[in-house]
Amino acid sequence: MSKQLTRRGVLKSGAVVGAGLAMPTIFTSPAAAYTNEPKGGTVTLGFNVPQSGPYADEGADELRAFKLAVEHLNGGGDGGMMKTFSSKELKGNGILGKKVKYVTGDTQTKSDAARASAKSMIEKDGAVMISGGSSSGVAIAVQGLCQEAGVIFMAGLTHSNDTTGKDKKANGFRHFFNAQMSAAALAPVLEKKYGKDRKAYHLTADYTWGWSQQASIAAATEAKGWKTVNNVLTPLATTDFSSYVAPVLNSGADILVLNHYGGNMINSLTSAVQFGLRGKQVNGKDFEIVVPLYSRLMARGAGKNVKGIFGSTNWHWSLSDAGSKAFVKSFGEKYGFPPSQAAHTCYVQTLLYADACERAKTFNPCGVAEALEGFKFDGLGNGPTEYRKEDHQCFKDVLVVKGKENPTSQFDVLEVVEVTPRAQVEYKPDHTMFKGGSLGKCNPGA
Amino acid sequence: MDAILLQILNGLDKGSAYALIALGLTLIFGTLGVVNFAHGALFMIGAFCVVTLQRILNISTVTIDPTKTDFLGNPLKVKTPYIIEWFGEGAGMAIINWSVPLAILFAIPIMLLVGYVMERGLIKHFYKRPHADQILVTFGLAIVLQEIIKAFYGANPIPTPAPEVFRGSFDFGVLIGMAENAVIYPYWRLVYFAFSALVIAGVFAFLQFTTFGMVVRAGMADRETVGLLGINIDKRFTIMFGIAACVAGLAGVMYSPINSPNYHMGMDFLVLSFVVVVVGGMGSLPGAVLAGFTLGILESFASMNQVKGFFEAIYLPSIDQIIIYLVAIVILLVRPRGLMGRAGVMED
Repeated sequence: MSKQLTRRGVLKSGAVVGAGLAMPTIFTSPAAAYTNEPKGGTVTLGFNVPQSGPYADEGADELRAFKLAVEHLNGGGDGGMMKTFSSKELKGNGILGKKVKYVTGDTQTKSDAARASAKSMIEKDGAVMISGGSSSGVAIAVQGLCQEAGVIFMAGLTHSNDTTGKDKKANGFRHFFNAQMSAAALAPVLEKKYGKDRKAYHLTADYTWGWSQQASIAAATEAKGWKTVNNVLTPLATTDFSSYVAPVLNSGADILVLNHYGGNMINSLTSAVQFGLRGKQVNGKDFEIVVPLYSRLMARGAGKNVKGIFGSTNWHWSLSDAGSKAFVKSFGEKYGFPPSQAAHTCYVQTLLYADACERAKTFNPCGVAEALEGFKFDGLGNGPTEYRKEDHQCFKDVLVVKGKENPTSQFDVLEVVEVTPRAQVEYKPDHTMFKGGSLGKCNPGA
Repeated sequence: MDAILLQILNGLDKGSAYALIALGLTLIFGTLGVVNFAHGALFMIGAFCVVTLQRILNISTVTIDPTKTDFLGNPLKVKTPYIIEWFGEGAGMAIINWSVPLAILFAIPIMLLVGYVMERGLIKHFYKRPHADQILVTFGLAIVLQEIIKAFYGANPIPTPAPEVFRGSFDFGVLIGMAENAVIYPYWRLVYFAFSALVIAGVFAFLQFTTFGMVVRAGMADRETVGLLGINIDKRFTIMFGIAACVAGLAGVMYSPINSPNYHMGMDFLVLSFVVVVVGGMGSLPGAVLAGFTLGILESFASMNQVKGFFEAIYLPSIDQIIIYLVAIVILLVRPRGLMGRAGVMED
């Protein structure tokens, strides 16, 4: 019996075939056990960093670190932190014997652009892991994409609680610290330095990281006796903060907390100093400014204004442990200046991913994720560290820093005033700042 | 009362920047009929003239200090600016300290040259093209210019502090009998406001009281007739483009201590300045100044907590971000040619 070819039938078949062809290859590829399973002698990693836009300098430093990590993984250079890493799986012969190649994408510090570049690296270039970035909004967007695509996301610089809080994903891992940890480290130092009876005025960047940072530092300082007199949300695009800074002195506050990062931080701090806040006395006390999250690259942009101002950082090149020294030496000799905290976290994430592949003996994201979960390590610049299984957040010591009074060079802008032990900054996975969301199940893609 | 006064003062320096950029923008539109979206880039280039001068003044000799080490443990390279070697510590440091005001002299020839090259090299080819073409090409030029600056200077803001004597602030409130700390105002913003007023007055005086200015005004009113009188009005308009570029550049120079120069600062001001020009009336110089200060002050008021709270209560969040556009819509609905615009401009 022969079936008659009808117009409706042709349209139906066409629609089915069309839908199949239109479906991204990451959801198909039945021959592979997981997305982008490396078949030849190489494995491709995707480094998604801001190469344009306001964080391009930070992105450039991340890219330098990624290139250095790839060089070390392939047996080039002096090996850097591979020599000090507590795990000894990495031998300088690539990952699982495959030479490491990399492709790069430009996040532009825009979520949609970052997702597009990550998608392109996964679908077109066959990247088996995505790393990098310099914004929490971007990290959360790309982490979600990697979860759907079935590749591992090793986050770069992202400090919002949400990345490993309500937006955490089984395929995503964060080595960088977060707003809650900054607040827990900073509050006792601020109490010791400025006392219990303080009134804080917050200026907060109006997006996920800003809200998260403000909530954490306000809760931590209030627990030490401070009062929060006001919290003003400032649009991310603000460049002139004078109208936000001007009312601070007359508000009864004697501390200004700048929950700002990047260009926002430089401009708001510059405005605060211009308005003479630091030289004033309010409530019988010296008026002080606090910047909860510092970046050396950004602090340099603020010039002398950062002197004496307290904040926190994930890592600093002046640390004297063997891992930090090895990394600073490798990076400094190759590029002529010390690495930033963004560079450090990206370099470490690449080594951690490679090491997890070696220990899992596979590039399968579920195998890699299992190897990373609960992994305890040392020798990578932050002391003993653990990738907590419950939320994929690294727990380690946190550095409290302040703007250096007498810098000896353009890189020497921050000094470490305290290394806060891990126990003091650790929180439970169901902490109120991290509630909502769940890791879900690891997605291998294929 | 003190909060209102404070926001008026803040609005004045914000308005100064808007007014200076809008003045140049409307000057170019009024003379050449070109909608120049690269005007913000000229403001940015002015700010980077300060950065460039700072770098020139800090060109240094390098000596090795064996007693100190750098971050890699190598003997420290100590840099001493030539200017200090030549003029001594006191005079050399004073020159570096005053680099922002000195950059005015540095920026004037550079901005005139940039304006001349921009006008002769690109914009003159678009005089008779539709405004949409002009907007597209000048917007593209603005992006090219900012990417060039980023390639040379990086993406991070670069601090360019005001001279030591103008850093910090004074208690304006105490001067007028108010409580201490009620109205604090930075010295440099006062300098910026005074400088803007001076430049605006200078441009108006130049157009009003010189023969050159009279011819330009006549050309703005009726280009054809002036041409028929045997006057080369195009040449004068090209010079006006250079002057407009210079005004934008100087605005950038003096603004650099307020917000550290970054490659994107031109774009940040451009859209708002364009709104200022439209609200003031396309081609109207007094309109641009009036609208610049008015919208600057309104923007400052909108960032007050009480104002934000009020608008949030009536479901208008982030009023500080949209106030200028809301006011622009209202003004253009009520008075389509802007506050001081002439009939017939941009109405064809």
